[in-house]
Amino acid sequence: MPTLARHLGIAIVAAVVLLLATNSIGDYRNYQLTELAAFVVAVAGLTVLIGLSGQISIGNGAFMAVGGYIAALILADLNWPLIAILPAAVVGAALAGAIFGVAAARLRGPYLAGTTLMLAVALPSVATRFQSVLGGDQGLGFFVTVPGSVGSNVTLIHWQAWVSCAAALVTLVLLANLVRSRVGRSWRAVRDDEVAAALAGLNVARLQILAFVVSAACAGLGGMLLAMWNESVSPGLFSLTLSIQLLTAAVLGGLGSLAGAIWGSAVLVLVPTYLENLATSHGMTATTSSSVPILAYGVVLIAVMLAFPSGIQGALVLLARVTGLQQLARRAAGPLAWQSRRSVQSRPAAESSRPESESSRPESESSRPESESSRPESESPRPQSQPAAESHEKGTL
Amino acid sequence: MAAVAGLAAVSMTAAACSSSSSSTATSTPGITATTITIGSHQPLTGIAAPGYDEIAPAANAYFQFVNAHGGIYGRKIKYIYLNDQYNPSITTTVVHQLVLRNNVYAIFNGLGTPTHLAVAPFLNSEHIPDVFVASGCECWNAPSTLPDTTGWQLDYVREGKILGSYIEQHFKGEKIGFFYQDDEFGQDGVKGLSDEIPKSQIVSEQNYNPTNIKIAPQVAALKAAKAQVVVSFTVPAFTALLKLTMLGLKYSPQLVVSDVGSDPITLAGLLASFAKNTSAGFGNALTQGIITDGYLPSLGSTSDSWIQMFKRIHDQFIPKLPLDGNVLYGMSVGYTFVQAMFKAGKNPTRQSLINAINSGLSQGVSVAPYAYSATDHNGITGAYIGVIQNGVLVPSGGVLVTDDSATGPVTAYTVAQPPAPTSGIPSP
Amino acid sequence: MQEFVEFTLSGLATGMIYAAIAMSLVLVWRGTRVLNYAQGAMAMFTAYIAFTVINHTGSYWLGFVAALMAGLILGAAVERTVIRPVTGKPPLNAVIVSIGLLIGLEGLAGVLYGSGYRSFPPAYPITGLSIGSVALGITENDLFTAGAVLAAAGLLAAAFRYSSVGLRLRAAAFSPGVARLLGVRVGRMLTLGWALAGLLGALAGLLVSPGTFLYPNSMDTIFVLGFTAAVIGGLESPVGAVAGGLILGVVLNYVGGYLGSESVDLFGLAALLLVLMFRPTGLFSAAPARRV
Repeated sequence: MPTLARHLGIAIVAAVVLLLATNSIGDYRNYQLTELAAFVVAVAGLTVLIGLSGQISIGNGAFMAVGGYIAALILADLNWPLIAILPAAVVGAALAGAIFGVAAARLRGPYLAGTTLMLAVALPSVATRFQSVLGGDQGLGFFVTVPGSVGSNVTLIHWQAWVSCAAALVTLVLLANLVRSRVGRSWRAVRDDEVAAALAGLNVARLQILAFVVSAACAGLGGMLLAMWNESVSPGLFSLTLSIQLLTAAVLGGLGSLAGAIWGSAVLVLVPTYLENLATSHGMTATTSSSVPILAYGVVLIAVMLAFPSGIQGALVLLARVTGLQQLARRAAGPLAWQSRRSVQSRPAAESSRPESESSRPESESSRPESESSRPESESPRPQSQPAAESHEKGTL
Repeated sequence: MAAVAGLAAVSMTAAACSSSSSSTATSTPGITATTITIGSHQPLTGIAAPGYDEIAPAANAYFQFVNAHGGIYGRKIKYIYLNDQYNPSITTTVVHQLVLRNNVYAIFNGLGTPTHLAVAPFLNSEHIPDVFVASGCECWNAPSTLPDTTGWQLDYVREGKILGSYIEQHFKGEKIGFFYQDDEFGQDGVKGLSDEIPKSQIVSEQNYNPTNIKIAPQVAALKAAKAQVVVSFTVPAFTALLKLTMLGLKYSPQLVVSDVGSDPITLAGLLASFAKNTSAGFGNALTQGIITDGYLPSLGSTSDSWIQMFKRIHDQFIPKLPLDGNVLYGMSVGYTFVQAMFKAGKNPTRQSLINAINSGLSQGVSVAPYAYSATDHNGITGAYIGVIQNGVLVPSGGVLVTDDSATGPVTAYTVAQPPAPTSGIPSP
Repeated sequence: MQEFVEFTLSGLATGMIYAAIAMSLVLVWRGTRVLNYAQGAMAMFTAYIAFTVINHTGSYWLGFVAALMAGLILGAAVERTVIRPVTGKPPLNAVIVSIGLLIGLEGLAGVLYGSGYRSFPPAYPITGLSIGSVALGITENDLFTAGAVLAAAGLLAAAFRYSSVGLRLRAAAFSPGVARLLGVRVGRMLTLGWALAGLLGALAGLLVSPGTFLYPNSMDTIFVLGFTAAVIGGLESPVGAVAGGLILGVVLNYVGGYLGSESVDLFGLAALLLVLMFRPTGLFSAAPARRV
């Protein structure tokens, strides 16, 4: 069954399920669902950037800010309908992503990471610098209203949940197709071995910039949805914390995996409040209980990275395989390609299996346990790679 | 495509986990036969937390006192206050949580100007009483656009005028500089100050952003303009930073600080470690001589009936917190809420609370009367000037009242404040 | 003119802090090829330890020494437990782990000490100094800051160059395989490198906390700017770190003073992009030798 048709089919089924769900879960849960969908959009873009193209960004919060502010300004000054504002926010953020991608095209590893970090810190301060237009710390209001055609039974929050989920579904379908397309494969090639990819004729710089553009576009859409959810845009909404949260959601969920984007976003939206309430109900004062979710987050992040580098989705895939749901594992593991990079370093044979079709997935999946156990020896193989690393700054950090 | 299926799965789980939506059909949300549930957003952590994080616990202490003595017509007050870290985007989240999930009857004493501005429109669109906002912004006095929102404390324009008129009288001909938070809080204060201080005396106006603690450039500019008096509309952390930066630049103008940022005990706590290292010597030395204003009885007046009443309640319910200006503020605004709830009647609805305030509240814990009416949602209308001596606010001169307009005069208010009720609870 | 002098000198003082953070980042990068995003958080945590000691004993210098010791121990502990398992894996793993460490340390500090703003004592008085009637805009404490950082940098440089431990450290960083063959305990050297970085970070935390108050997130902006300074100077070069820190400190102070505080971060980003566009590996690093 052709990829697009399959994806659309699943999307339609999910849309129906979501429609029914939003009608029955009440305003508070719809409020949370709107936030969740906004994050899913942004995290999906980021997970594609990091997992597939191998470039790390700790600054996607800045692109969310671009999308959010563009949307707020258009609504306030031009009063376009939502359906027109959406693409404007996406295009604006994509443009910002292109500009940044071009500026940072030569950067690799920690230099790229550092630049995105500075971007995340600096871009929100544009709002305070140009206070008269952008509202400063107070921010700008972003008040969406329910269109009359929808009917008077639908509350604002209900409507926002529809908009947000619809946007998330569309984004996921588009990204899923992109990931399985030639572009997706080219990204993975560049991620795994930039030099080989260049020798094979791929335009590395263009692909890297495209990856930034795609992730920025997703972030911009997510930013607009978040602004709609929060009914305002302000620097406080798009702080460095947000960029770090996006990164951690992508990692926790499983890098390179779109389903992982959902799990990571769900953890991000639902767990911290739960933990904080748990702490307060055990008698902790606010100044300490507010730090409990932060502490938990840090510990989980380290634990996941040390024990379960492929995140929740990886764990689910493993579970599915272990319980014999092989088919499901094969389908689900599709874009979960981050791990194959490690298997490339220790098992050159796996490299040749990848250009083949998706059905080769189980083999490279099952190769992982071996590459896991080879790790302790990596202390000694490292010296060989070290001189090479000294003389050429390769790390696609 | 697992991703999309996953999204559906998560929402199904949410549906399974959620409780039934919306409140009971007939009664007012947040009101049962035995409880009144109210909510608030407070900066329990972050830059505005020093000092301000004591306000909600103090208000809650007063509510517990009232609950222990019969409540409000037999209903106990349940006060849920959530942390918004002085970040307007978090304020929106927690207020939605309070309204949608906790089904509060009203939002009480939401703290902060930029923060509360983010939620006032939402609360009014849902017709939720948004009473006694913990901010002196003029924005809350808008009965036509924000009918469910009322202020309580002395608003910043009035405060600016009162401080300004004092400066105009006592610092004639001297150069004045302003240092203010760059939002409605600081801007309203500057507006009031400019109404009273002659333009020729104002030599520099510097502002700061609460998310950026580097204020050395602004202080250097004030010094370069040779301001002899610096009027500061700052939250306590920034008052402390201002003082420290001035020390580093060897610049010591007369400091005049807005009431919101001048609590001597909070400032002494923030400046404690530095006092050892200045030639001054003691902890309170760094706050000595700061001019400010007060609209509640001074904590130094130990024989004042209000102070005695609040001290008893403090010692019983929140002995671990210092008895400082923030605690006094919290208990005072709690007292005012109880006043309003009694007036709202034995079967309060959301509208009856607003009506109760619109019909005016009798002067209670403040030194000047309230302005509440159907057309005016401002609270306290006046204050006295005071100087911080040895860590205590000492009143200097009588109570002054004024209005919000640019030309309204600042006049003396000579009516004595009514004493505190002996039971500690306002009469219904 | 007075303003200019004040801005320059106070910019140098701030720049010293950035230099300390930048140096610790370079130390860690050269030794283990890991960028420690938690360097600022580790500095904050050791400052809290100093705070506790100072409050219990009343002595600033005891707390000072305690913080430095804690920095050494914390650095070593982090390397052995959390970083060792991810060296040699894809670089992203180390990034996530150190971000997790950053978040975890901030949360731990908040749980143990509460997130309230604490007044942290300076080593020396904070009243401004002046030559005659010209106020300099710096304080005795600022002079101590500059002196301490320069002394630390000098001691480290001397140790690297002239001591056998320093030689072993450099060998382990440059070529672990060969160093191992020559009998250098590479693992121990990596731990030592992290320990020294932790010491530098602790020093930075002690020096900067009086001016910012101490709270779990107090080192966040300092870290980002120290990181920027390290990247601008080039991650391979300790000299670059110090130079980058001082230049950034002074330039950002001018920007803040003459253009306003809101422009500072934007300027930092612009400076970073500008430097990296022309020298993608920083001002003082050697250019990459291999291109295809």
